[in-house]
Amino acid sequence: MSLLSIRNLSVTFATGRGPFRAVDKVDLDVATGELVAIVGESGSGKSVAMLAVMGLLPWTATVTADRLSFDGKDLLALSPRERRKIIGRDLAMIFQEPMSSLNPCFTVGFQLREAMAAHLDLDKAARQARAIELLELVGIPEPERRLKAFPHQLSGGMSQRVMIAMALACRPKLIIADEPTTALDVTIQAQILDLLLRLQKDSGVGLVLITHDMGVVAETAQRVCVHYAGQQVEMQPTRGLFRDPHHPYTSALLAALPERASGRILPSIPGVVPGLADRPAGCLFSPRCRFATQTCRTIPPPRAGAELGYALCHTPLVEGHPRGLKKLEVPA
Amino acid sequence: MFRFFIRRVALTLPTFVALMFVTFVAVRLVPGDPIEARTGERGIAPERLAMLRHELGLDRPVWQQFLDYANGIVHGDFGVSIVTKTPVLHEFAILFPATLELTLCGLIFAIVLGIPAGVIAAVKRGSFFDHSVMTVALTGYSMPIFWWGLLLIMFMSEYLGLTPVSGRMDLINYYFEPVTGFMLIDSLLSGQEGAFGSAVAHLILPSIVLGTIPLAVIARMTRSSMLEVLGEDYVRTARAKGLSPLRVVGLHALRNALIPVVTVIGLQTGTLLAGAVLTETIFAWPGVGKWLIESIARRDYPALQGGIMLISGIVILVNLIVDLTYVAINPRIRHG
Ligand SMILES: Nc1ncnc2c1ncn2[C@@H]1O[C@H](COP(=O)(O)OP(=O)(O)O)[C@@H](O)[C@H]1O
Ligand SMILES: [Mg+2]
Repeated sequence: MSLLSIRNLSVTFATGRGPFRAVDKVDLDVATGELVAIVGESGSGKSVAMLAVMGLLPWTATVTADRLSFDGKDLLALSPRERRKIIGRDLAMIFQEPMSSLNPCFTVGFQLREAMAAHLDLDKAARQARAIELLELVGIPEPERRLKAFPHQLSGGMSQRVMIAMALACRPKLIIADEPTTALDVTIQAQILDLLLRLQKDSGVGLVLITHDMGVVAETAQRVCVHYAGQQVEMQPTRGLFRDPHHPYTSALLAALPERASGRILPSIPGVVPGLADRPAGCLFSPRCRFATQTCRTIPPPRAGAELGYALCHTPLVEGHPRGLKKLEVPA
Repeated sequence: MFRFFIRRVALTLPTFVALMFVTFVAVRLVPGDPIEARTGERGIAPERLAMLRHELGLDRPVWQQFLDYANGIVHGDFGVSIVTKTPVLHEFAILFPATLELTLCGLIFAIVLGIPAGVIAAVKRGSFFDHSVMTVALTGYSMPIFWWGLLLIMFMSEYLGLTPVSGRMDLINYYFEPVTGFMLIDSLLSGQEGAFGSAVAHLILPSIVLGTIPLAVIARMTRSSMLEVLGEDYVRTARAKGLSPLRVVGLHALRNALIPVVTVIGLQTGTLLAGAVLTETIFAWPGVGKWLIESIARRDYPALQGGIMLISGIVILVNLIVDLTYVAINPRIRHG
């Protein structure tokens, strides 16, 4: 039984130019202790999907899902008050911008103890002790002194360590880390990621890792979801995904890696993600797809089964070749 | 922090010198002089006019008068009123509590209503409440004080008979010697039943009139500052901890949103004291403002110069305190 289970999650923003569907029918399952990676270009709805799980989207967003359950509870059916009991305790999130994610007006200690005060039955001294323990856990030297510091006195890496400590404060069951190292100096990215992965392994917490780093994905994740323009185009166990990607987009991503599975940054492929105005009628990836046919351009693709990585494609790839392509439809 | 303090205090000195000069000149730009103002239409014999002018030192060169005046102020001597023959500082000290009481009540009215209105408007942006608050704020901001005061008197006092029209206290029924000069406190100290209620009733309309413009400014500033802060990442972090909306908005967001609001409130002290001059005139409020208006009519140069210097000095002092408060509530500067 999975910890987090999502079926057909969609998020639509009301914008000045009409509704904009940022997340379109996304599925996700995460079991306790599992690490699931989500990859995809910027703007493909990864953050928005996870913010929807947390219930942190602005009021302009409409969230719908066939299922959105966490730890056996239907998140959409909970009252805001009941949902707040879960958020920050069993379900925590680490954000992309550590420097702006801490409140400049309060000390690190205040912000760290606050989460405990909201959820745990600890007295003041116990909260302070736990705060010190947490800072030690995330490798911050002189924890007593750091607790009295204000956020602007910390570096980016240090701030992200504090954010990780804050996420761990109430011993969550699942942590969502949204590109936790993207905003940091390259030199400390690896440190922070190693820390996060070590803590995940030690505590057995589930982890959803949104990342651009395919190398990290290959080494650490059990499963990978690939997002494109708000849609989930493929989901596979990591080994299968790297060996035999079924969606042309995944295939293009992997092919563009300088050296397979060890490249650092998500590679770029020609073209751009379609925006609100230039959505194709059929498959959203068809304008950039090597294998696109007339069918692809006009009819939205069906979702394939588990054996084909749930690929959202008319002609999922097998060993790099489109399957079931009709003879007359020669690839463009 | 200490160096900031010293620098900030040193910066006020040139302001004071300029102020001294401007008040001296401005007071003398009004046509007529104290003697002519007192004799009025009856006229006065030229010899007697010359003699009185000599007595007041008005026949000496202007630059010498200025030096005397400046020298006095540096030594804490604000001169003696030509009309009442009492030291200006003394008169000011007696009248100022009335003005301060009115100003503080106006400010409290503005803050107590303005900040919550701005916060709620921001949280419920685009709602009916938001639009109402912004419309009322804009109207309040553009309302001439005199007209607004008279309108309120007509409606509240004349039509509904709810509040007194003028003054600080119902002097027919209550009498007591001033102790602090603050009617709210003195009425309590007097122990006379109903005196405090009368003091409050007299304060309501003038405070509303005086507080309306600052209320509009504070509400709008709070709203826009809050709107900005509510979109910040750290507010999302606070919500991600599962904190109640009250704590997220009222503590995490408001604490940051208030930083610019405090500055704006401080900048309102000038507006408030200027507004107090008009408000006191409308409500026959025996404070510094009314006294200054009367001193203009009498061309009481020392009273005007001294009064304006003292009021401006207070505004400068308040701005100084606001700047220091700004530093105190903003850790990024405090530990910069
Ligand atoms: N509050 C919002 N209002 C309107 N559009 C939004 C909002 N937040 C995000 N979006 C849009 O949703 C899409 C997905 O964004 P996001 O989830 O942040 O992408 P990423 O995959 O890079 O995390 C983007 O096109 C973005 O512009
Ligand atoms: Mg993102």
